[in-house]
Parts: sequence; structure tokens; C-alpha cells
Amino acid sequence: MTTADDTQLAMQGTIEALTTGDGSEPVVVNLGPQHPSTHGVFRLKVTLDGEIVQDAEMRIGYLHRSMEKLAEERTYTQNIPFTDRIDYLAAMSNNLAYCLAAEELLGIEVPPRAQAIRVMFAELQRVASHAMANGTFINDCGAWHTPLFYMFRDRERVLDMFEMTCGARLTTNYMRIGGVAFDLPDELLPTLESFLADMPDRIADYEALLMENEILHARARGVGVISPEMAINSSLSGPVLRATGVPWDLRKANPYCGYENYEFDVPVGEQGDCFDRFLVRMAEVKESLKILRQVVDTLPDGPWLADVPLHARPEPGEAYARVESPRGELGFYLVSDGGPAPYRFHCRPPSLINLTALKEMSVGGTLADAIVTLGSIDIVVGEIDR
Amino acid sequence: MTDLAQLGNVLGAWYDFRDLNNLQRLITEWIAEWGPDWLASIVTGVLGALGILAVVGPTLLILIWVERKVISRFQQRYGPNRVGPKGLLQPVADAVKLILKEQLAPRAADKLIFFLPPVLIFVPGILIWGVLPFGPRMSVADLNVGVLFLLAVSGTAVLVIFMAGWSSNNKYALFGAMRAVAMSISYEVPMVLALLTLVVFSGTMSVNGIVEWQQQEDVIFILLFPLSAIAFFFAASAELNRTPADISEAESEIVAGYHTEYSGMRFGLFYAVELGNTLVVSGFIATFFLGGWWLWGLDQWVPSWIILLVKTGAVYFLLIWTRGTLPRLRIDQLMSFCWKALVPATLLFVVVAFVERTLLISEGWDTTVALPIMAVFNIALTLGAIMLFARVARPAPLRRPARIRMAGSDIGGLRAAREVASRREEPQFQVGGD
Repeated sequence: MTTADDTQLAMQGTIEALTTGDGSEPVVVNLGPQHPSTHGVFRLKVTLDGEIVQDAEMRIGYLHRSMEKLAEERTYTQNIPFTDRIDYLAAMSNNLAYCLAAEELLGIEVPPRAQAIRVMFAELQRVASHAMANGTFINDCGAWHTPLFYMFRDRERVLDMFEMTCGARLTTNYMRIGGVAFDLPDELLPTLESFLADMPDRIADYEALLMENEILHARARGVGVISPEMAINSSLSGPVLRATGVPWDLRKANPYCGYENYEFDVPVGEQGDCFDRFLVRMAEVKESLKILRQVVDTLPDGPWLADVPLHARPEPGEAYARVESPRGELGFYLVSDGGPAPYRFHCRPPSLINLTALKEMSVGGTLADAIVTLGSIDIVVGEIDR
Repeated sequence: MTDLAQLGNVLGAWYDFRDLNNLQRLITEWIAEWGPDWLASIVTGVLGALGILAVVGPTLLILIWVERKVISRFQQRYGPNRVGPKGLLQPVADAVKLILKEQLAPRAADKLIFFLPPVLIFVPGILIWGVLPFGPRMSVADLNVGVLFLLAVSGTAVLVIFMAGWSSNNKYALFGAMRAVAMSISYEVPMVLALLTLVVFSGTMSVNGIVEWQQQEDVIFILLFPLSAIAFFFAASAELNRTPADISEAESEIVAGYHTEYSGMRFGLFYAVELGNTLVVSGFIATFFLGGWWLWGLDQWVPSWIILLVKTGAVYFLLIWTRGTLPRLRIDQLMSFCWKALVPATLLFVVVAFVERTLLISEGWDTTVALPIMAVFNIALTLGAIMLFARVARPAPLRRPARIRMAGSDIGGLRAAREVASRREEPQFQVGGD
């Protein structure tokens, strides 16, 4: 692990080399904003000595859409579609976190069926998002799209279920304040059953293809390492934190939507490297399937939406609600001044905060390692810039 | 020179498609009757070059389709299927599109050196076909130093790649070029050593001679020197910039490497030559290690060039397979694999080949008995070398297994982390490690 001091020393060495007439000079390379591996319009400015990364500077803001400000002009219900577009790979989780915050502000009780449906879709979203994360991670390791396409099959089935439930695949806009927009369609549960029946085989396939892959081990083991102390100090969350060995999962630590009623476990890694992040995601998919199985078995009947006025005006006050999104702790902070629109709408994006550790993880490694590390953090630029 | 009469079943008429050289021979003999010798050589040379172009051009178009279609099947998708029957015309449509596209050049590029590489890259790409024997006498130039020619010509390609990368005045391109140079120079060593094994053992540097040796001794070289075959396969796939060694154009790292700045047909030429090189390298692997145009007597009944094409196709499929499956290695890992694993291993086999050859000649052993014994010995040696590599030479972090544990009821910060880590029970799963 490279500490900030080491980096400082390395930089000093470079400056000395420049001034003592060694003639060598570090190269500054811009990865992005248009680059195949930045997963969006994110710019990483790396200073390279040969292939070794000496400094990494993150430049964000290319996808800034001013959502937090725009949300202050719209009613609480009208803000839900914005949350889809914050993290467009996990729209359901974002819907959920925002609705939880609004419900806390309004003091609304959510019916049990709605709670179960929310858990179901949040977990389906996790499966889809982790499929994407692991697929692109292997792509960043240099595989020629094959694992990505394999994992996209599963993601496709999840998105089909989203489509049959709410008509949209990515920007779902499905959760509502007080429940969900629609009840489950009749064809959803059979589809979900067959999905749950197929997935264990699929995961076994991926494990056979990837987990003992010597090249993947060579590329991801011991790369992008971060210590648990540093991870906590950088307030990392999600699989990036759990890969360091810290068992922190909001579904256990601060249960919402009745997660305390389901039996599942929190997988943690040991070394905090890229490979552990990959393994933690693989294991989490399995745990999500376990939760989905229980949700399907115990799905209660009843209403799926509480009676909430469309133009709800909460009492002046503030609320913060957080969920375990596929990327980590996703929080929404709302302040009400008694009007129909939030006075302040703030999002705690896990991608942004996980990304802050990138420099720590990648300095001292090679350029190729930095790309793999970036892939293993699993960023969504829409969430970073908002 | 092979005596024509020994070629047995070959009819020798110009329409005999089993030996495509007949037509050319007819023309040469006709010219030789009335013209000077040099005219005959020139006409043969031109005819050969045209023959290569006529074969390579259309083959490349089909290859693009094959590669895309096969890799699509690996990836659970259909691949091109819109243009023409089964998408067969897709490469043509692509070529038309690429030709019509604007040819951009960066303002700061070194113009002359930037224009040359897409053209120059064709020179080694075409020349190398010259020594590939499609049949007993079916190579454009049956050089007595064919192996040397092959290595020399393939070595020049890296110069063109470096020209492209340097003149683009682009950091990605420069990185790609530097990586390509470093890797090519390194991987040429095991490539040369792997071929040296064959040269030492068969006693000839002629490519056709090596095939004829295999025919004569009734054995293919992959059985005699499997490690050389594996090393040559890997080194060649590194020289071809294909995964797992495509670092010089690593898409996820340096966009497209040395040809990042090339647009339109200039990029198309790079792409086409890369595919063509893949085919010709498959052909050479088939020739050197799988017996080339010879297949235990089947070449008496089936045109020899068809046998070679089938073997080439099999090797080519293997190359597509590795490309579709494996992630990419890092440059330092590739370098250390080359210098610490491939070079010693191939060197060992050069010595083995030398000793075995000496034994065969000086002791006068019967090859029908001695060769199988040597094959068994060499295969065992290969397996031993691979196992030794897996045990000893693996990089250090791989020795420790990666473990995933379940937190259970321990949720929290560092203290919970320590408790989970200190548990005695078996982890949920564990991969890697010894």
C-alpha cells in the first residue's frame, strides 16, 4: 500500500530528476472524458513515469445536471423521476431511498405489501447492477466483452421484469411516496420464479469461468488495495468497504422496508483488493437471490400504496434516509419549509465517495492497474455529478 | 530439389487443382523455351505475388466475417446478419464505409511518417505468405532459409507500428507503440528458440523441408516438441496483439494503441493486416507443428492445400477462442512470463533437440523406435516444466487464497471486522492459493 508520504516522495524524486538534468519527465495522460473505460464522462488525469502511476487527479462535473437545485422547484412526487437519473443503473434503489426520506418527513406508514415489493425490486436491482459491475470489471481487465455479454443476459431478464411491472427498463419511476405505483402484474411472479430457478446455474457458470482464471487473479489480486482503516476514514461503503473486511451493510445495521424479517448474510472480503470486490459482488448476488426467494414466499396481500396527497406539504423539518444501494450507502437528505417542494434536496452518492479513494488505491501501480481499480469501484457518473 | 517423378499421384496437367503450381510451371517452361532466364524468374515472381494477393484479399473479407461471427457465438449473440445472406456482405459494406470516410490526420502529426505505416504494414504482411508451403512444391519462394526469412520479415512489422505510434503525436498511440516494441522484441526470442528446436532436429531451415521431414518420419512436431509448440503459439499470439497479450492496443487502457489516430481505410488497413497476420501465423503453426500440407497419406487423395487450410482453420479457431475467453495480462507480467518462463523453457528444448538429434545421428538409432521414445520423454518433460512453473514461478500474491467470509451477526466497524477475520470456521468460498 502506498501512503500519501510515499507519493510525496515519488513526486519529489521526479522533480529532482527534472532539476538534476536526468532528462526524464513524467507524462500526463488524460483518461477521459471520452475513454472506453471511464464508464461515462469522467476524467482521470494520471501522471505517469513509464507505466507507473505517480499521481491521479479526478476531474468530475462533465455530467452535472443540477438535479439538487432543480428538485427544489418541484413537488415531492415530481422529484421521483429525478432520482432515476441520478444512478441510472440502480434506479429502483434511488427511488426507494428518496421515498423513504419523503415518508419520514411526511410521517407516512407504508403498507406491508408495498414494503415487500420494494424489497423485491431493490434486490432485483442489485442483481442487475452487480451483473453490470462485474461484467464491465472483467472488461476493464481486458476480456473481450464475453463475460459482459454473459452477465447482460441476467440483467436483461431483470430489466424485462421491470418493464412488465412499470413499463420502463432503466429509469423506472416505480416507487411512490407511501408505496409503489402499481401492483405486481400477474405474469411477474412466474417470471421471477423461473429467474430464481435459473440463476444458481448461471452463477456456477460464471464462477467456473472467472474465479479460478489465472489471468484474472494476476490482474486483480493485490491491485488497488485499501486498508479497512483507510476505507472507514474515507467513508467508503458498499462492496468496496466490505471487500476490506469491514462487515457494514445498512440492510443489517439500520434495517428499512422490513429487511430484518429476511434471512441473509453479509459477505466480506479479506484483502481489500480488486479481486475481493469482485468476489464480494458475486457473493452478494447469491444473497440477493436468497432474499428474493423469501420475499416471493412471504408476499403479503393488501394495498400497495398508502393514501398520500399528490401535493403533500410536510411540516417544516428535515429528514435523512439511507439505503444499501448496489454501490454503497445511498442517502437522501430533505429539508422542508412547509411548502409543496423541498427546501433542500441533497443526495449522498456512494459512487462519488467511493471514488475519492481511487488515488489512494492506484498511485504506485501501473496504468493498467488504475483502470482495473476504477472498474472495481463500480462508479456511475450520473451519480457522481448529479 | 524434389524430383518431379517422386510426386506420385500428381497428374501435372495445368488443370490439376491438387497442385496449383502446375499452371505457373507451364508458363515458366514455355517462357524458358524462347526467352532468357531472368524473364522467367520475373514472370514467376509477379504471378506468385498476384496469386498471394488474389488469395489473401478475399480471404481477409471472409475472415472478418468469420471472426465476428464466431466471437458473437461465444458471446451469445448473432453477429452480423443484416447485409447479404447470413451477413456475408457485412465486411464489404464495412470496407465501403471505411473507404468513404474522411482520412483525418492530427495537425501536430509528422505527416510523411503518419501516411506511410498503413501502406508499409502490408509489406511484411504479404511477404510472409511467400514461404508458406501449400503443397509439396506450392510455395511462392521455397527458400532454403525460409525460417530465417519468416522471422526477419515478421520482425520488421514492429518498426512500422512504431512509426505509426510515434508520428501520431498522441500519448495513447505512443504508449501503444512503446508497448508493442518492448513486447515484440521480447517475444521474438522464444519464437526464434521454438523454431530453432525444429531446425536443429530436422536439420533444415526450409519451411517445406520441415514439412517433408515430418512426412518422412511420419510424426508431427507438436508430439515431439509440445512445449515449443505452446511457446510458439503464445509468442505468436503476443506478436499478433491478440488477447491475452493485446497490450499494445488495449482498448480499456489506451483506447486503440498505436492506431488511435488513424481513421477510415487507414485504420481498415491496419485491421485487415492484423487479421491476415493471424491467418498466416495460424498457417505457420499448422505447418511447423501440425505437419502442414501432410496428413498421414491423406494428402495423396485430398489436395494438399485443403489439408493445410483445415489445419490453419483449426489453429485460427483456437486463437479466436483465446481472444473470446481470456482477460489481458499486464505488460510487466507479459515480460516476466516471456523472459522467466518461455525463454528458459524453449532454450531447454533447444538443448534437448540438439542432444536427441546427435544421438540419432551418431548412434544411428532406428527412428521408428527412437522417435516415439523421445516424444514420450519430451511430453513428460513439458508437463514437468509446466508444473514447475505453476508451483515455483507464480507471482507472490497468488499464493494466498482470496477468501470470502460471511459476517453473520457481526455488523459494524473495525472491531466487527477483526472478529469476522479471526473466526476459525471455513470461509464461504476460497479461490486461488496453493
